[in-house]
Amino acid sequence: MKPDTTIAGRAPLRPALIVTVLALLLGLAGAFVSVTLAPSAAHAQGGATASCQADASTGCIQGSIRTSDGEPATGVVVDVTGPGGFEGTAEVDGTGRWAVPVTEAGEYAVQLDEESLPDGQFLRNAETERSVDATLGANKSVIFQLTQTEGEVSGAAASSFNWDRLAQQFASGIRLGLLLALAAIGLSLIYGTTGLSSFSHGEQVTLGGLLAYVFANQLGMNIFLAATITVILCAATGFIQDWAIWKPLRRRGLSLTQLMIVTIGLSIALQYAFQYFFGAATVRIQTANPTTVTFAGVTLTVQSYVAMGISVIVLVLTGLFLTKTRTGRATRAVSDNPALAAASGIDVDRIIRLVWTVAAGLAGLSGVMLGLVLNGVNWMTGLQILLLMFAAVTLGGLGTSFGALAGSLIIGVIVELTNLVLPGDFKYATALLILIVILLFRPQGIFGRAERIG
Amino acid sequence: MDYVIDLIRQLTGEALAPTTAAFAIAAIGLNIHFGFTGLINMGQAAFLLLGAYGFAISLTSGLPLGLAVLIGMACGLVFALILGVPTLKLRGDYLAIVTICAAEIIRMVGRSSILTDVTGGSNGITGSSYRDPFTALSPLPDGQTTVLWFTYDNNGVNGWWIRIVAWALVALLCVIVFLLSRSPWGRVLKGIREDEDAVRSLGKNVFSYKMQALVFGGVIGSLAGIIYVLPSSVQPDALGRSTTFFIWTALLLGGAATVFGPVLGAILFFVVRLLIRTLAGDFIPASIMSNQQADQFSYVLVGVALMCLIIFRPQGILGNKKELSFSV
Repeated sequence: MKPDTTIAGRAPLRPALIVTVLALLLGLAGAFVSVTLAPSAAHAQGGATASCQADASTGCIQGSIRTSDGEPATGVVVDVTGPGGFEGTAEVDGTGRWAVPVTEAGEYAVQLDEESLPDGQFLRNAETERSVDATLGANKSVIFQLTQTEGEVSGAAASSFNWDRLAQQFASGIRLGLLLALAAIGLSLIYGTTGLSSFSHGEQVTLGGLLAYVFANQLGMNIFLAATITVILCAATGFIQDWAIWKPLRRRGLSLTQLMIVTIGLSIALQYAFQYFFGAATVRIQTANPTTVTFAGVTLTVQSYVAMGISVIVLVLTGLFLTKTRTGRATRAVSDNPALAAASGIDVDRIIRLVWTVAAGLAGLSGVMLGLVLNGVNWMTGLQILLLMFAAVTLGGLGTSFGALAGSLIIGVIVELTNLVLPGDFKYATALLILIVILLFRPQGIFGRAERIG
Repeated sequence: MDYVIDLIRQLTGEALAPTTAAFAIAAIGLNIHFGFTGLINMGQAAFLLLGAYGFAISLTSGLPLGLAVLIGMACGLVFALILGVPTLKLRGDYLAIVTICAAEIIRMVGRSSILTDVTGGSNGITGSSYRDPFTALSPLPDGQTTVLWFTYDNNGVNGWWIRIVAWALVALLCVIVFLLSRSPWGRVLKGIREDEDAVRSLGKNVFSYKMQALVFGGVIGSLAGIIYVLPSSVQPDALGRSTTFFIWTALLLGGAATVFGPVLGAILFFVVRLLIRTLAGDFIPASIMSNQQADQFSYVLVGVALMCLIIFRPQGILGNKKELSFSV
């Protein structure tokens, strides 16, 4: 119970709330006249390709091949052989698509000519030939994925177990866990101090990645400078959000469920705003091919090592801030019991403002580094890891920062290790299943105290 | 003037579309969860998806239509039971997180490559593989019919037959909800929404009532899924988290805990979005806002509308503020 919420719902509309709504509408109006950053070339993926139109007597074997950085792999040659001595060849066009028309239904063999691949690009799973069952009047898609590392195998294809892969996946898991922890600690602090499960926290992560793309890629800044500016801007969005939306809403006495639905609305609005400005395609913060380093049998990109280092430093600093400084201790006091904290002279609103600012900044940093490590960022980067964050925070104990760190590491490792035994589609599903199981049997999490459950 | 008439035709057409009816049915189901019982189910799309899968897979494997509908509904029922047994004792926001996660798991499993033979993986199941038994049931003669300015095929993929069935189902469900909400059973549900402990002290088994509400709303959700995929195809990614949030928006817009609120909300959701899209597409040059961007812009407004609704008018258009309680 916050001291300022006792005037439940009777407070007049706060000016800031009205300003917010106006600002949102104005911002949208401004969107009309602003220039789109990523021109809509990415949207131009039509149904049938120009070279093949499926009808009653024709079927299409087709596909789209893109290089590992998402550019069309123009010039790659695909050979199709099939029943009755059918032979066809297609070359990937400027939009990344290829198509071979066939006039007879049956099983066709589709082969990618590895000689024609661009330099530095390799076929994932090293499987150049696919067979496809073509039917007339329909399009059949054949997928070839390209990668930068020779001989790379995606999780879906290879589930054979070996210790090297275990070590590799474990390292990727720690990497994901550390980056997840940056964002999750913010989510946990917000939950701890305000009781709110913020569904828009994922979009704060996406915002960080996309802003870094604007500064580092579009404006050509040094990556560290770009990251610094991004984190400052993201922290500012947290500050402004609390000033404009969350504080007025707390004063209005909205219930936590209502606030949660507000964050869902904000999350929808932001997701589509990102798509509006950046398109649906993945954008890369750094376009140069990353160099990889092998350390103790584990191969990761240089960016990954740097990102992991930065996360560890920032997490340690956050930990020190929470335990050693006066403000940090005040934050934990508010987490424990806001009313008591207020009674002992802590300015609860100021602490919550600080928490929003720090949480948004950390989420932005996480987004920048996720974008670098995962080779790009798109409008749903944050959406995809939001539930992982919830899983991490719940596993560690809602509202406890150190629990969030431990939970993130566990969830990160579990997500990546799932790849060893199950196809890639399931890697997030296991994390969510763990979240459900935790909520059912130990809702207070590993480090939480039983009194937190309601 | 022609432009306005044309626009009105488009908008009314959108209001009567089968997809709108499917959304209305899904929102009616969610209304039983949230509006009447106070359960925060953030996984309604999974009920739709399961209903659609159960229906489509039964039909493609050769079962009769009636049985396929029952299997679709049974999928929703089983999911509600599995979800309800452990979660109904949780606090509101925990229930929300569990349901959203369960829904995501259903979607991820449905689109996984392992199940491609059954669910079609991420490509889903094409409508033509399960639609025929439903179309064959139509008593309408072949050809086109024009009523007012609506001209559709009688029995086509997206014709009169599916519209009649979908909206008849909406009407039937509205009647059922109206009767149930005035029944002793409905009053117990509302009691649980208002004060769970008070109802428990009157000797009612709160858990059992909550479970009945979850199952009932979930089965309605599965029916919505069947209607949703009949004119199109089963696409796991089309029934994800966003769909759940849009159903919530429709429900809160129309008014939770009312009989017609979900229907009005669903119609407004589609009509207003089409209006924004059309006006933005026609009057703003493509160099400033492409058609695709106009669509995205309309979704941005959906998000903002959801925020404003829940802040300024949580009871929606038709609702009564006293009837609405956000627990927690």
